[in-house]
Amino acid sequence: MSKQSTSEPTSGKQSTSTPVPGKAASGKPLKQIHLAAHFPGVNNTTVWSDPRAGSHIEFSSFAHFARTAERAKFDFLFLAEGLRLREQGGLIYDLDVVGRPDTFTVLSALAAVTEHLGLTGTINSTFNEPYEVARQFAALDHLSAGRAAWNVVTSWDAFTGENFRRGGFLPQEQRYSRAKEFLSTATELFDSWHGGELVADQDSGIFVKDARAGAFAHQGQHFDIAGQFNVPRSPQGRPVIFQAGDSEEGREFAASGADAIFSRHSTMEAGLEFYADVKGRLARHGRARDQLLILPAATFVLGDTEAEAQERAHEIRRQQVSGRTAIKYLEHIWNRDLSGYDPDGPLPDVDPDPGENTIARGRASVRRFRDPLVVARQWRERAAAENLSIRELVIETTGGQSFIGTPATVAETINSFVQADAADGFILVPHITPGGLDEFADTVVPLLQERGVFRDEYTGTTLRDHLGLSHPDAHAEPGAGRAAS
Amino acid sequence: MSAQPPLHLAVALDGAGWHPAAWREPDARPHDLFTARYWADLVAEAERGRLDFVTFEDSLGPQSSHPIEPDARTDQVRGRLDAVLVAARVAPLTRHIGLIPTVVATHTEPFHISKAIATLDYVSAGRAGVRVQVSARQNEAAHFGRRTVPRLRFDERDTPEGRELSAELLGEAADHIEVVRRLWDSWEDDAEIRDVATGRFVDRDKLHYIDFEGRHFSVKGPSITPRPPQGQPVVSALAHGSASFPLVGGSADIGFVTPHDTDQARAVVADIRAAQAVAGREEEPLHIFGDLVVFLDEDPAAAGARKERLDRLAGYVYTSDAEVFTGSAGQLADLLLEWRRAGLSGFRLRPGAIGHDLEQITRHLVPELQRRDAFRHAYEADTLRGLLGLARPANRYAAA
Repeated sequence: MSKQSTSEPTSGKQSTSTPVPGKAASGKPLKQIHLAAHFPGVNNTTVWSDPRAGSHIEFSSFAHFARTAERAKFDFLFLAEGLRLREQGGLIYDLDVVGRPDTFTVLSALAAVTEHLGLTGTINSTFNEPYEVARQFAALDHLSAGRAAWNVVTSWDAFTGENFRRGGFLPQEQRYSRAKEFLSTATELFDSWHGGELVADQDSGIFVKDARAGAFAHQGQHFDIAGQFNVPRSPQGRPVIFQAGDSEEGREFAASGADAIFSRHSTMEAGLEFYADVKGRLARHGRARDQLLILPAATFVLGDTEAEAQERAHEIRRQQVSGRTAIKYLEHIWNRDLSGYDPDGPLPDVDPDPGENTIARGRASVRRFRDPLVVARQWRERAAAENLSIRELVIETTGGQSFIGTPATVAETINSFVQADAADGFILVPHITPGGLDEFADTVVPLLQERGVFRDEYTGTTLRDHLGLSHPDAHAEPGAGRAAS
Repeated sequence: MSAQPPLHLAVALDGAGWHPAAWREPDARPHDLFTARYWADLVAEAERGRLDFVTFEDSLGPQSSHPIEPDARTDQVRGRLDAVLVAARVAPLTRHIGLIPTVVATHTEPFHISKAIATLDYVSAGRAGVRVQVSARQNEAAHFGRRTVPRLRFDERDTPEGRELSAELLGEAADHIEVVRRLWDSWEDDAEIRDVATGRFVDRDKLHYIDFEGRHFSVKGPSITPRPPQGQPVVSALAHGSASFPLVGGSADIGFVTPHDTDQARAVVADIRAAQAVAGREEEPLHIFGDLVVFLDEDPAAAGARKERLDRLAGYVYTSDAEVFTGSAGQLADLLLEWRRAGLSGFRLRPGAIGHDLEQITRHLVPELQRRDAFRHAYEADTLRGLLGLARPANRYAAA
């Protein structure tokens, strides 16, 4: 399980890898690449100040983005989630895009303007109830004719809880167990209809074969519920299950029951390690290597030449990290008000406040810095050695773009990552809404298709078809193969 | 011509129709009930009829012929898709008609409902509403496991225990609506500024904590979704008993009521207006729509015969909280215009069998009302509020 809101890709710079030729030298069949598109959201990688940036709320933006992804034959579209506006220093954070629409509602509307594209929604397991979420995903799967996917995330924080009936009482150590039980309970609900119950025979007058269709009973640490699920089995049986996150618990949980992992490892080295580790866990859960796809988030910057792409990447980074953004970012580590510092000057000489981080709330990035004193020391040393200002340092250390280059080199790099088993594909995060995917669709995708590593046409109708995942057997024992808490 | 304002007309969509045997009609599509195409076709037909809006029924448990418990019947439609998702699915395929899904306040989070309906307003470009209902069913409470509902027989509704339960659930629903409405206003319309010079995406002074504290929940806010196109999507609720009049009078933009004759219609209108005054809202517009289950045929006898045939298939005589009308479109037009004189501003028709009765409404009743100058010939507005003659409300948090 990851923290809430999985919308900030991080990655280091990397050298362009050796292109994989049209045919794999090893004689191994070429892997087919999976591609998805993440609608740019609430984080500082989304450049709203660009004149080409449009609305991040209007449906026309989502429709444009989805149609582009479908035109490019992508596997699916991905939406992140946030359930409370972020704050810093006790004030609503105002430097990034703020606000987003409701995930289920947008995805269902997008099902009307697309035919094949998978529709993946991030839905929190802490501030929802299994019966309602299972109903919504089953409905989305029906209404999209089998294109629904669920990225399961959890959050324990009382800050977000202040918007909900449950409040913020879930202890941190319980968020995983609640998430596991939430997913296994939802799976029991999805499986409570086996698929043959609806006969709707007008002559005999039998609508459902079994009056107890949908019957379930679940008793566990977090949920004690029973009754009848009221949505018949959906086209995919269950939505595709995504899990995001990188902890030991998260990896093990994904290996035990998820269909795909939304990871952050978009460098070759980190990707190879993560891929080998997670795929290596599958056998222990009685699962084959192709039953879990690894799909890192990745950004891209294209240019007619390598130099032009690098220049554009540099400019985008400057748009993403303004002076004020850099100071705010530094405050996450320093846990102090640093508004008096000059972003174009040196790093603060004062040490971080080692107490509980209270300056920023609702931000995933805060939790990345486990030991602020060590981070601050390393950052000071680097800034001094390379003569970097605050803003330059933040630009350097907070990740760059995953893939920078001409369409040809980017296509080659993506392909090399997949053929080398550093990933099964990528979830691309453009930095512009909603047109940020257009150039990739028009230039990179045809090159991948020429190499024979990406589909020319959809060959199936459901998201499971696109991802090469089997349809789950409803007659299996409920929850079988899923994580037990 | 008529001194009365034109009627508003809506259709309540549920399964194959409101009669439990409707799915067995030759023109029913029982195999399509869980497809998007089915719902898109129904709403397109309603839009061809220039109706104000459609409502989508919903529940957090299986349908039942029993008023408060599940039944074991296999001969009626069982299973439903989430109403908000159905409404969102058809929104991009329509242009004018209002879309009002049902939500159950008893078991849902007002924060989630607020952003879902706001988003429905975005995906429909200003045509969203919501119909709020409560659930006193024990079996539905057990689907959530967070609360228990006392076991009361249907005929115990009017005992002190029954009234206390109703008051509690309806009071919670009123709080739910209050939270949803505050969240819709928690962003001022011009909160998003994208001020490149100062690097600010929003003006945080135009975002507001709602700080709601109630008996059942507290909600901080602001919403994560900006204020929707209509400002406030249209809130509606069914009031077929006096217990729910305070909810409609105090919280709703439309109340659906179920009188059985003109006198009852007049009485219920008076009661709701009184509840509205008690809530201090007498200056605010509040539509009161009459609900009717309708079986329509050119030959009135055919409509009655059709209903009887369906009753035989169901094994009992179908009745409803609302009046069940059988007859011709002309006869129904007579009745609607008579009831309008009792103070109803519109009607929500529940088609007995959708396959037949929806087209009877759009292709026969509507032209009949148009001939009598009692219904629109073309959509006169792009938003649901516009169709209902409701102004876009000012934001309660915006500085005057």
